[in-house]
Amino acid sequence: MANMSLKKNKMPVQKPEERTCNFDEVALGYSEEQALNEAERCLNCKNKPCVKGCPVAVQIPEFIERIRNKDFEGAYSIISETSSLPAICGRVCPQENQCEKYCVRGIKGEPVGIGRLERFAADRHNEDFEAKPEKPASNGKKIAVIGSGPAGLTCAGDLAKKGYEVTIFEALHMAGGVLVYGIPEFRLPKDIVSREIDNLKALGVKIETNMVIGKILSVDELMEKGFDAVFIGTGAGLPRFMGIKGENLKGVYSANEFLTRVNLMKAYKEDSVTPIYRGKNVAVVGGGNVAMDAARCAKRLGAQSVSIVYRRSEAELPARAEEVEHAKEEGIIFKVLTNPVELLPDDKGGVQKIRCVEMELGEPDASGRRRPIEKENSTFDMDADCVIMAIGTSPNPLIKNTTKGLETNRQGCIVTKDESGLTSKENVYAGGDAVTGAATVILAMGAGKSAAEAIDAKLKG
Amino acid sequence: MYKIVRKEILNPTVTLMEIYAPLIAAKAEPGQFIILRVNGDGERIPLTVADFNRDTGTVTIIFQIIGATTAQLNNLEEGQYIQDFVGPLGTPTHTEGLRKVAVIGGGVGSAIAYPVAKKLHGQGCEVHSITGFRNKDLVILEKEFNKISEKYILVTDDGSRGKKGMVTDALKELIESGEKYDQVIAIGPLIMMKFVCKLTKEYGIKTVVSMNPIMIDGTGMCGGCRLTVGGETKFACVDGPDFDGHLVDFDEAMARSAMYRDFEADQREKNCRLFKKEEG
Ligand SMILES: Cc1cc2nc3c(=O)[nH]c(=O)nc-3n(C[C@H](O)[C@H](O)[C@H](O)COP(=O)(O)OP(=O)(O)OC[C@H]3O[C@@H](n4cnc5c(N)ncnc54)[C@H](O)[C@@H]3O)c2cc1C
Ligand SMILES: Cc1cc2nc3c(=O)[nH]c(=O)nc-3n(C[C@H](O)[C@H](O)[C@H](O)COP(=O)(O)OP(=O)(O)OC[C@H]3O[C@@H](n4cnc5c(N)ncnc54)[C@H](O)[C@@H]3O)c2cc1C
Ligand code: SF4
Ligand code: SF4
Ligand code: FES
Repeated sequence: MANMSLKKNKMPVQKPEERTCNFDEVALGYSEEQALNEAERCLNCKNKPCVKGCPVAVQIPEFIERIRNKDFEGAYSIISETSSLPAICGRVCPQENQCEKYCVRGIKGEPVGIGRLERFAADRHNEDFEAKPEKPASNGKKIAVIGSGPAGLTCAGDLAKKGYEVTIFEALHMAGGVLVYGIPEFRLPKDIVSREIDNLKALGVKIETNMVIGKILSVDELMEKGFDAVFIGTGAGLPRFMGIKGENLKGVYSANEFLTRVNLMKAYKEDSVTPIYRGKNVAVVGGGNVAMDAARCAKRLGAQSVSIVYRRSEAELPARAEEVEHAKEEGIIFKVLTNPVELLPDDKGGVQKIRCVEMELGEPDASGRRRPIEKENSTFDMDADCVIMAIGTSPNPLIKNTTKGLETNRQGCIVTKDESGLTSKENVYAGGDAVTGAATVILAMGAGKSAAEAIDAKLKG
Repeated sequence: MYKIVRKEILNPTVTLMEIYAPLIAAKAEPGQFIILRVNGDGERIPLTVADFNRDTGTVTIIFQIIGATTAQLNNLEEGQYIQDFVGPLGTPTHTEGLRKVAVIGGGVGSAIAYPVAKKLHGQGCEVHSITGFRNKDLVILEKEFNKISEKYILVTDDGSRGKKGMVTDALKELIESGEKYDQVIAIGPLIMMKFVCKLTKEYGIKTVVSMNPIMIDGTGMCGGCRLTVGGETKFACVDGPDFDGHLVDFDEAMARSAMYRDFEADQREKNCRLFKKEEG
């Protein structure tokens, strides 16, 4: 008889008052007992509504059944058939909008904790198996992958497994993309990412860091150098700003800069050489995962108060539900229906206050969300000696500007013909945020996978 | 890892290094820069490509030892390696069509100005160079500038070498004496560039400055290098580092570059103690 509890097994977490003083992972993962108990909640539905919600169609009831039977490695291999980064997606997928949204158990009560079970299976595998994959025999064909985020890593891994000689070119000094420079340690331990990267290396993938493609070599030059195909997974890393007065004051960051300093450059460590401005009153503008991450990092760096300033209402916050909940537990203040209009300086060119207006929700806009409109005479000032802009990013124009014949759209995203990721240039494929604009890890991973298949099909002729 | 093939101490505070980085050497142009990390947990700092040799595959950097990272870099010797070295970044300096240019370098800024002056000279442009230093011990690239300039004026704050005075005094003199420049190129401390621009604005001479805000990635990803230019936000690492000096908001840039002053002083302190320990 299935476990008919209306509630998911709670995720064990570090206590809020403790975790705001460290950068260790917040969610600790299910114990075996909890995982087994949660697995019992799955009804093994014949029509598998949950699977339709997963962008890569992980065979959910099947893997959960393996967990129920204590065949954890079996569960892991089922997930691995369709997902390359289970330990990562189990942690960062916005499950409430994907697989779990369609789970029948969610109709009355909470859905099955699919993401948590996925994480459990992956962590178990990582604990139990040290063995590195073996390098397959080479088929003599060479592939260049630009960018080492989830899209690039997945594409590289899938092709390497098929015997292609893959080289990843990464602009930064470290591979991993947003997984290493954006998402903080307390949400996604970097050990997990480096393990994935070590696996790729074991498969024979070469990773060349410090290579800004478009500057040191162009896409065309890569082709001339003998690569048979190129995959562009350069993400959407260009930060947007609001264009309001005072935005370039000292103490104003883009979330990218703030998070890069904290995560990639390890400014959170006591002995780090990376400077970071530790504000007393920090305001983070935006309501997505990026904003939550920036706010929670600022809190951990010792801010007295951290506010999220978001122009729509709480219901529209695009961040994962779990992150919003965790942020609240950690004492982050949510100033919703609030929009900054100006940043005011102190006498040394630093930001001192953030001037805002109150908003209310009007008619739905093109995105289907109700449009925020400014309330009259609602201007007010908030103290803020550090302001972090987390209002979105778009693809960096570097590749577009240096690759003749590569079609892009008005937002600067690379245009692809279909699912395969083929661009307007022969043998050049693209996927992930570079194509969709800022999206999710699982979508980027899925795009890397489809492109790998398409490249293989093409080159096999 | 990137090998240091040559190291030369130019003066007590400025060092030159030639680094083996053939792909960068093949592409670099005057006005571009690289970003380096000395070691595995080091900071990323930008330095201008002071010269390059496409045949030997080397890139020259000239840096002033001012803080923790540049001190660490200076501690490396020929034959040793730099962890990360990425480039060429930024937009090359526009030199096409210029027939007569005044190139101004302040301090280590002279090292950044030199490759541009050299390129202009090579294109047949008439180059008048002015370089300024605090005193005679800090003078660099005197011979080099002399060789490529139709006119070359060296100034020091205390008059211990060349003329006594500031680069702006020398420039004003040249302009007043009737020299007509298509353009002035000024590279040096923010305060120097600000005053050069103030002067050239009075005479209506187009002036290009090379901005050096704090940078991390150098690819347009962090926005930390942003400046206000003509009322618009620009990213120095991709839109620059060269900008029309008459449009740059220097006061804002100066405030932003002081963002980490306390932290840096602290690091410097720690670093000094570390070196002392190693010596003692
Ligand atoms: C702070 C933050 C939190 C997030 N949280 C979540 C979350 O909880 N769940 C979720 O699903 N998604 C989340 N996302 C979104 C998710 O991380 C991205 O959608 C995903 O990483 C996109 O993958 P990608 O491979 O397309 O690109 P990226 O991860 O952006 O990787 C692109 C890589 O390409 C490199 N590159 C760029 N240009 C060049 C070039 N010219 N030459 C060489 N290399 C280049 C970059 O340096 C980078 O390493 C978050 C994003 C951020 C910023
Ligand atoms: C495009 C560009 C080209 C440059 N070219 C040269 C050059 O050819 N030769 C040279 O000597 N210097 C050059 N600089 C300045 C050089 O980057 C700094 O001197 C160096 O970063 C100092 O680091 P530090 O750790 O030794 O000193 P710190 O004590 O950390 O800093 C001292 C000062 O250096 C500046 N600085 C610190 N970190 C950075 C950073 N990451 N990016 C930019 N500035 C920073 C700040 O203004 C700071 O106040 C250039 C800067 C830029 C942006
Ligand atoms: S990959 Fe993401 S969406 Fe798919 S099942 Fe796992 S957690 Fe759900
Ligand atoms: S919908 Fe829910 S209960 Fe049904 S199979 Fe999927 S996870 Fe199990
Ligand atoms: S240095 Fe990061 S955007 Fe310019």
